[in-house]
Amino acid sequence: MSSVANTLRRSTRFASKHPRVGLGILLSGPLLWLLVVYVGSLALLIISAFFKLQEFTGKATTELTLSNLDEVATESAYLMMVLRSIGIATAATAICFALALPVGFYISKLAKSWAKRGLVVAMLLPLWAGYLVKAFALRAVFEPGSEFGNGGFLKNTIGWSPGFGYLAVIITLAYMWFPYMFLPIYTGFERLPESLLDASSDLGAGSIRTFFSVMMPMLVPSIAAGSIFTFSLSLGDYITVKIVGGTVQMVGNIIERALLAPNQPLAAAFTLWPIGIMVVYLGVMARLGAFKNL
Amino acid sequence: MKSMRKLLAISAIGVLILSACGGGDDGSGALEELGDGEGAVNVIAWAGYIEDGSTDPAVDWVTGFEAETGCEVNAKYANSSDEMVELMQSGEYDAVSASGDATLRLIAGGDVAPVNLDLIPNYADVFADLKDKLWNSKDGVAYGVPHGRGANVLVYNTEAGAAPDSIKAMFEADSPYAGKISVYDAPIYIADAAVYLMATQPDLGITNPYSLDQTQFDAAIAALETQKSIVGQYWALYTDQQASLEAGSVTLGTSWQIIVNLAKGNAAKIEATKPKEGATGWSDTWMVSSKAKHPNCAYMWLNHIISPQANAGVAEWFGEAPSNAKSCDLTADANHCANFHATDASYWGDVWYWTTPTAECLDGRDVECVPYTEWVNAWNKLRA
Repeated sequence: MSSVANTLRRSTRFASKHPRVGLGILLSGPLLWLLVVYVGSLALLIISAFFKLQEFTGKATTELTLSNLDEVATESAYLMMVLRSIGIATAATAICFALALPVGFYISKLAKSWAKRGLVVAMLLPLWAGYLVKAFALRAVFEPGSEFGNGGFLKNTIGWSPGFGYLAVIITLAYMWFPYMFLPIYTGFERLPESLLDASSDLGAGSIRTFFSVMMPMLVPSIAAGSIFTFSLSLGDYITVKIVGGTVQMVGNIIERALLAPNQPLAAAFTLWPIGIMVVYLGVMARLGAFKNL
Repeated sequence: MKSMRKLLAISAIGVLILSACGGGDDGSGALEELGDGEGAVNVIAWAGYIEDGSTDPAVDWVTGFEAETGCEVNAKYANSSDEMVELMQSGEYDAVSASGDATLRLIAGGDVAPVNLDLIPNYADVFADLKDKLWNSKDGVAYGVPHGRGANVLVYNTEAGAAPDSIKAMFEADSPYAGKISVYDAPIYIADAAVYLMATQPDLGITNPYSLDQTQFDAAIAALETQKSIVGQYWALYTDQQASLEAGSVTLGTSWQIIVNLAKGNAAKIEATKPKEGATGWSDTWMVSSKAKHPNCAYMWLNHIISPQANAGVAEWFGEAPSNAKSCDLTADANHCANFHATDASYWGDVWYWTTPTAECLDGRDVECVPYTEWVNAWNKLRA
């Protein structure tokens, strides 16, 4: 026991005398992780998009080709699907935003301080349940049923259900990822100095004017940060679609299909779509200041 | 510039790793003799093929095997033949219950090894018309043992109208089941469209639904495009179709007998039939990986799963015809073999077992056929 403590003490002393070495040891693990797992796997993925497939056995060869990229970029059915995926992710993000903004405002600025913590926890509660549990729960909610069998919760309570399709997918994704939008927006409101709001009202602005002219501009980075989470998580999702999507497909489903075909190079080529979309999206969000106060 | 060089270095490492993985085994020889079990066997199977009593306490052909051989059975269920091929390529598994649209690819890819039939005594009792077939052997060398066979059935809601007997209800825009039709979500389903065309458009001259030239293939895709407007669900997970059948949101579909059995067990008002035009079907084969880490246990499993008792259990639970002739005396329902036409060669005459389509036409025509990779692409586009 004491020898372990001694070694520890000695090494801490060594590290404090040689700060650079200490820092190197401290960061080498995470750095290696970052390089191998993050950059390495991404690089492998991108490279394999150029590999040619051995047709019959479905194994990738190291022969290079551009045909995978060509197919992914020019086939109209695939392009439409990419557009639809963007549409679904945008809609889910918009719903999250529309819900998180008033709720975040209320909890941060209007709720009694004793209620705050409980409300925040309640908003984050969905994070505590498993992904599949939530998806299948919503499947039970949306099940349209028919005259030959019982529908789900919606059908039985209000007599109408959107059934499985775009609407169900968008609502489910919004439900799944809402906490990721709520948290940055709530923190954004929390960070707004009361003094600014006082100043605004002293200068004669009404509450609506204050909200749009003082609060919103300062919230843009928080909203942008939240939207990165909801948008990217929705764009890459393929399991929710399978469970509540009926016949709908997203780009993730096509990637899975190609992977299982098995056509790993084509799957890799498809992944360039979400990667590319996210790079553009992150660029735009960075402009809006999303990374300034993460 | 420095970062560029780094990227190149990483890329080079990536290429090295990939090429090391992609080398592929050239199918080492079959096991010479059976040794002691290795304590475990990792198998890829269709849902319903590995039952240890956890789904239904009365349905168990695994526990006894584990106690007897000391081989713990670790099952991985795959949802499609494509997934099975993909999983087998990982080399992490010892055995697989592959359908005919996977077996040829596994053999060609060197992912499975030839099987030494001398080490599998129960093989002697397998129906003769299942042995040495296109999908389970190559040049007379067996690459596995036949497990059982069945037809992809037409499932229907018994309250949704008169019982359908034709595959047309699945494909024609004026189908009374429009909007509540459930279709198997896999490229091999294109063959179902071909079976439909064989009956409705004889001019196309399709003689084997897995052997389609470009014109025939395009016609099949066109039929599937038409079908799209009446489909309510494409199912890949069998539980999805089961849930929809139970809820009544699906009233007609391509199905497996096991799904029908499970849904009926939950009081779904459904029945299943083989369409009069014929159907696609499967004849599954248990194969051993060429990279098996537990070859002895794998052989013991192969021998066990086609033993009369276990084979009868699987066949009855999954809803298929057993491969072992002696199984028929051991099924709980004495009529099981009769119901599933296990010995009735004429029934199987219009069941087209899943096979991997190749550029060389399977029906021997001297034209170019559409290979499976094109089937996959066409299906992906259809579904996108």
